[in-house]
Amino acid sequence: MSLEQFKNRNIGEQNYKMLDIEHRPEKSWDRFKQAFGRSIKIELFIGLAVTFGIMIRTLFRGETHTIRYPFEKIPISRRYRAIHEMKRLLESGNYRCIGCGLCEKICISKCIAMDTRYDENQRKEVSEYTINFGRCIFCGYCAEVCPELAIVHGDRYETASEQRASFALFEDMLTPIDKLKSQKEYPGFGAVSPNADDNIKKTPLAY
Amino acid sequence: MDNIKITIDGRKCLTQEGESILNAARANDMFIPAICYLTRCSPTLACRICLVEVDGKRVYSCNAKVKDGMEVITKNEEILEERRAIMEVYDVNHPLQCGVCDQSGECELQNYTLELGVDSQSYAIPDTKRESVNWSSVLHYDPGLCIVCERCVTVCKDMVGDAAITTGPRGGAKLGKEAKESMPKDAYAMWNKLQKSVIIPSNGTDQTNCSDCGECIAVCPVGALVSRDFQYTTNAWDLTRVPAVSAHSSDGFQIYYEVKPTSISDRMEKIYRVTNEWNYTSLDGAARFAYDFENRGVVKDTEAFAKAVEAFKKAETIRFNSIISNEEALMLQRLKEKTGVKLYNSEVRAYQKFLVAYTVASGNSLYTSDNDKIMRESDFVVSVGVHLRNDAPGSKHAFNNIQKMNKGAGLYFHPIGDTLVPTFGKTVTTFTHKVGLEEVALYLVLELFADKEKLPAKTKSYLESFNSIQKKTIKEKVMQEVTETIVDEETGESKEIAKKVSQMLEKEIEITHNRLVELLGKDSEEFSEVFEKMIKKKERFSLMIGEDLYYHEKAENLARLVALIEQTCSFDILIIPPKSNALGVAQICELDDQSSGYTIGYNENGDFRLSALGDGDLDMPAFNQQEGTFTTLGKRIVPTNAALPYEGYELNDLMRELMDVEEETVDWTVHLPADKGYRAIAFDDLTNSYDNDGSDNRGYLLDISSKGVEFSEVDKFDESAALEGDIAYRCNPCRQFNDFTDKAHQISEAFALYASPSRVEQLGDSVEIEIGEKTWELQVIKDDKMEGDIVCIPDFRSREDTYGAFGDSRYRKVTIRKG
Repeated sequence: MSLEQFKNRNIGEQNYKMLDIEHRPEKSWDRFKQAFGRSIKIELFIGLAVTFGIMIRTLFRGETHTIRYPFEKIPISRRYRAIHEMKRLLESGNYRCIGCGLCEKICISKCIAMDTRYDENQRKEVSEYTINFGRCIFCGYCAEVCPELAIVHGDRYETASEQRASFALFEDMLTPIDKLKSQKEYPGFGAVSPNADDNIKKTPLAY
Repeated sequence: MDNIKITIDGRKCLTQEGESILNAARANDMFIPAICYLTRCSPTLACRICLVEVDGKRVYSCNAKVKDGMEVITKNEEILEERRAIMEVYDVNHPLQCGVCDQSGECELQNYTLELGVDSQSYAIPDTKRESVNWSSVLHYDPGLCIVCERCVTVCKDMVGDAAITTGPRGGAKLGKEAKESMPKDAYAMWNKLQKSVIIPSNGTDQTNCSDCGECIAVCPVGALVSRDFQYTTNAWDLTRVPAVSAHSSDGFQIYYEVKPTSISDRMEKIYRVTNEWNYTSLDGAARFAYDFENRGVVKDTEAFAKAVEAFKKAETIRFNSIISNEEALMLQRLKEKTGVKLYNSEVRAYQKFLVAYTVASGNSLYTSDNDKIMRESDFVVSVGVHLRNDAPGSKHAFNNIQKMNKGAGLYFHPIGDTLVPTFGKTVTTFTHKVGLEEVALYLVLELFADKEKLPAKTKSYLESFNSIQKKTIKEKVMQEVTETIVDEETGESKEIAKKVSQMLEKEIEITHNRLVELLGKDSEEFSEVFEKMIKKKERFSLMIGEDLYYHEKAENLARLVALIEQTCSFDILIIPPKSNALGVAQICELDDQSSGYTIGYNENGDFRLSALGDGDLDMPAFNQQEGTFTTLGKRIVPTNAALPYEGYELNDLMRELMDVEEETVDWTVHLPADKGYRAIAFDDLTNSYDNDGSDNRGYLLDISSKGVEFSEVDKFDESAALEGDIAYRCNPCRQFNDFTDKAHQISEAFALYASPSRVEQLGDSVEIEIGEKTWELQVIKDDKMEGDIVCIPDFRSREDTYGAFGDSRYRKVTIRKG
């Protein structure tokens, strides 16, 4: 085991590396040539033509794409990753989460934390679960890694609130027990693919 | 040990005679998979996965010894197929989508399944219902996860010595006949055994009656055995490992504190568990479970600090114990040199005196052996004055291990009868002698083992005075040849025929009768018969000396006797430090015999108390919040790191007020006294690891010098000095060593009177016990591995001041009244 981390008592000592940056032109004529070459290109005019085309269609032919949010909302893609939801088991209403901690482990922004304990039924119980949405980058890894489809992304993309903590606790994310019947299965990342059965080899069972 | 050459997979490797192929490969950084094998324990052949090919024949590498010129092939198509089949069998009814296992990825079943490329399952059998159970206050066993590799059973028997668990019937389905024909041979044999067994406590109940050391948890390759406290609280990957030293027993076990924030709402770090390098070191219960003794929530209290500085300025004595790092011990010593303050340490002073007397008599600057050396080399061990089970867990492991691994034998001398020690091996003899006759035990060792020519004439004749030759008549069956003359009736010729006839003859033989043996409570004749068997084929002898001798009235004479044994019996000597860093304190500090005047107590009683327990006048960091070094029983200076944060003042801050000294505690490491064998190595340069072959690279070894000295004179013993009557023994229960183990929430052993089952019956539930002026009202607790009438009173609570009550002896006459 490496002991470096215990020996470094000087906090703040960093190892910076310089990157190779391309040569800069020195003469002013060369600099002008570089700037001109970078900004004036054929694409500029194609782009302008497209813009004008759309402008004409919008102004004179009434083909507008504007949605009057918040009075009007469009359905979002099923692959969109919004604020997380925690699902329940449909039969019993228990949490699906088994407290395996894989989401916590895979989280690249280290924003998931959970407390677990040994409960009275000899099972692992999740006693508290939070996501720090100030840090979450909505990458979707947690939903993808979850073996129980317990943590998934919902469609709640309006994340304005008085405080971030409003979304962050277990009960905020959990399907309310009275709305269990309307709980929908998540089709996004990590969901079982329609042809899952074809892709696995079955383990023989002696029953 | 000879160096021999073998070839493993075409690579030439050097190894020693008597080594197993597996260990030879490991020492040479070659990989052979093995699940059931434990270094330092005997091979069980449960997993059969360490299969290799040697000169065209299949052998199990854990079991097969190396031979010169041997060619080993660790994998070929057949072996891999066999191993793959074995792993498939392990995976039957143990699927690897483990949701909530506590092993959480540190799982050998997963690792080997991947390593051997098992990607499909070809076997199946109906599963058996197996309920998970709690074996004790700390052990939890889930047979559903168990792969019955028997590592827990092996370590408990071969290393720890409790043999508290064993394999029992599983009630699993029988394998079909077709399995036998279709499967590889070893996989079938392994499966057949697996289907029949599960692990159970060996005493026939559902509770293990053991020392709760938790070593079985450490060696479990899957999550079947876990500590009840740890279960389901965290995943292993969330924990940060902090390499450290166990602060409780003097063994200085290597440990890792595994830390993580307490909970979502409390981000303060907490120790979740203690793990160890279980292939190279085995912990006791205190090292593994007594970890949460930190001084929490301390901030810098400037007022208390100022008072502490004042207290130090007027202090006449500093009283401390052995839970102190080498650096802090050195600070106190420097302070003594500067201000002349007295250093008082009731735990270490007697030990220090004993060491000095030993050094003078033997010429060695320190004792010559240690537990690891005993385990590696010895095959005969003698223990005098150590209550093995409770005083010195590491030495108990060593005593037990050599019986199992080195075909060893052992002699155990102690006034308190113990039912566990005789179970270590068939050739272990225990002497339960009268209190105060430790000298007799050492004289007996001289009588049995000494090269009599070397002994000083006086000692030699003294020893001879105990031998008397007695005549005894025994009946012996003797075959006698009788010649008979027979006359042939037909021919009339007479013929002589020789015939054998058995006859019982009375014979007088001479028996050497040794009174030393009788004094120690055994029959001389019986013992000499037993001893003859014990001594057969034994080559390396070791002697363990324990705390009873340091607190003996004639400790100095005992030390001289120990030296004499070393000089004349070719024994390796181990003088076990009584507690924690006792050896470090003994080497570094000049201790005083008495305390006087205004006293500062460092984790001890005093007028001004510095305390890491959180109840003193100024808070100090506990041992798991400190950096520093520790001098272990193995004479090694090992570094320990801070596992938990500490914001308050430390001893070095006080020293900086009082003297012109170093900035940080660990800056003192280089200044440890060179004349005592310490080296000027900076703390940060100390290593902390084991090699693959098991060699210990933790820190460095104390340099030991030895010079030739004349044999010193030893005094005769006084047999009438034996104590009679109600006797109490100052001895902690298993897993308790000090205030810190007491503070840890998993250590439940109470401050009470410990007695043997028969004695408990006499005493009842609670007693009032009087030693000199001190009276305790204590609960009586049964220790069912104890025998005899002596009762034990613990000393782990410094505020009870057991040391004060017992004074300079470990045994005291007491008055016991039923409570």
